[in-house]
Amino acid sequence: MDDALVRAGRALRLVLLIVLALLFLIPFYLLLRNGLAAERDITSPAWTFFPRQVRWGNVRELFADPSVPFARSLLNSALIAVATTLGTLLLASLAGYGLARIPYRHANKVFHAVLGTLLVPAAVTFVPSFVLVSSLGWISTLRGLIVPTLFPAFACFVFRQYFLGFPHELEDAAEVDGLGYWRTYWLVVVPNARPVFAAVGTIVFLGAWNAFLWPLVIGQDQNAWTVQVALSTFTTAQVVRLHELFVAAAVSVLPLLLVFLCFQRWIVAGVERSGID
Amino acid sequence: MRRWRALWFWVFVGPFALGLALFTYVPLLWSVALSFFDAHNTVTPTHFTGLDNYTAMLRDHAFLDSLRTFLVFTAFIVPVTYGCSLSLALMVNRVRRARAFFRSVFFLPAACSYVVAALVWKMSVFSGVRFGLANTVLGWFGAGPVAWLASPDPPWYWLVIVTVRLWLQAGFYMILFLAGLQRIDPALYEAAAVDGARPGWTVLRHITLPQLRATSAAVVLLLVVNAFQAFDEFYNLLSDARGYPPYARPPLVYLYYTALGQGQNLGLGSAGAVILALVVAVVTVGQARWLRLGRTDGDG
Repeated sequence: MDDALVRAGRALRLVLLIVLALLFLIPFYLLLRNGLAAERDITSPAWTFFPRQVRWGNVRELFADPSVPFARSLLNSALIAVATTLGTLLLASLAGYGLARIPYRHANKVFHAVLGTLLVPAAVTFVPSFVLVSSLGWISTLRGLIVPTLFPAFACFVFRQYFLGFPHELEDAAEVDGLGYWRTYWLVVVPNARPVFAAVGTIVFLGAWNAFLWPLVIGQDQNAWTVQVALSTFTTAQVVRLHELFVAAAVSVLPLLLVFLCFQRWIVAGVERSGID
Repeated sequence: MRRWRALWFWVFVGPFALGLALFTYVPLLWSVALSFFDAHNTVTPTHFTGLDNYTAMLRDHAFLDSLRTFLVFTAFIVPVTYGCSLSLALMVNRVRRARAFFRSVFFLPAACSYVVAALVWKMSVFSGVRFGLANTVLGWFGAGPVAWLASPDPPWYWLVIVTVRLWLQAGFYMILFLAGLQRIDPALYEAAAVDGARPGWTVLRHITLPQLRATSAAVVLLLVVNAFQAFDEFYNLLSDARGYPPYARPPLVYLYYTALGQGQNLGLGSAGAVILALVVAVVTVGQARWLRLGRTDGDG
């Protein structure tokens, strides 16, 4: 009797999970379906599960459309995401290591100053940051889009937590060998800390690729648009070619899905390890 | 080597600390300064106006409305996301087969941007016309189409806004809860079974939830902070070529139009940003206190 109940509960849970999983996948399916359909299929009053005809030509049409600087915005997004990721990994990992491992009188004060910026949501500072960047003359430049985003306190925090729990033995051996902090860091610590670099790197990359408010504020010129700004501009404009919009969105998600599927294990590890409890 | 420690500390930490100071602290201070000036279209104003910007903002119904919108949004999204992501984690944690598959599917939307999600929601699922997915499903049951985003009464747009965020974020918080569940000592469950507690509600209430308290506190804190950052989905779902409708406008959208819209009133925008930052700080600190209070209550 009890066994039957338990088994029924288990089956119910599985069915519920499958239904929810399908619901979660629907938006991805819609992206693909609408992106590869003709516009009249998207707006057809009779909803069909599959478009009547799959049009791979939509992709070519998107890149050929001269009114849409889509290729340029993809390139901008790629440059920004790669530069932001590399820059953040370099600066934040050095800072995290210094805070965790180099004894210094004022280390705690510096750490609290870094942590304090987590309390002010980044989005609240967009007006002041815009003021600063515009006074530097960096509006609509890659510099303006990249440099101010290179200092996320959360990345420094994750690296610090990770290095605090890093075994001392390796560094002790390096010290015996007469390596200073600098060479110890590059030759011993970094090669043994690859998981945390991968985790923080993927999280920063996803964030940089998907960022919207900052690129919207800074990338005012068409040539400085990122993929997200370009998509948003088409969505909120009056005249829209729906199939082109959807294929653009699908193309913009594709690189991230690849990164995501390759690095999922690291993201999960990174999220779990981000020391939020 | 010891003598040079301070120097090495700054070699490692200096660049990051300098950047953080330059791109977070300097803008904040500059913004506070600007909020006391009449600054239209300029970042180096000359006309000092004292607290005028602040009184103007605090008397501005649109700004106060935006704060109210934020409160309503938070009151919706925090408990709903909390409940959904915890339920997902509990189910995924106990499923035997294909656990990795379910975890991936629920986490996958985290790779999507708000812009793309808002596009799918606005143009395909909840488009106000008959061929939208939601209206098609309603049609099967004989109901007429609903203008999901365009009608403030009844406020169907909340359903659209809340479901976008749920889809994008539930999986992320589910991962946090899964990590918390992994850390619970199995011996606790065995002890409960010996004491005759039946698996299910009793165990959940007396073992799982108390053990998840630290994770829960962190999740609630993140949810509230993220609700304050709400901009992307509101902007992309509701604004169009004609501008933004007066309803469902969170503070950041309002500040965006104030500071960077046609008027470029940076003084007013800065005053709004300072007010918002103060509200955020008060809520965050208050909430952290309250959550820690809950923790000692539970332990005692």
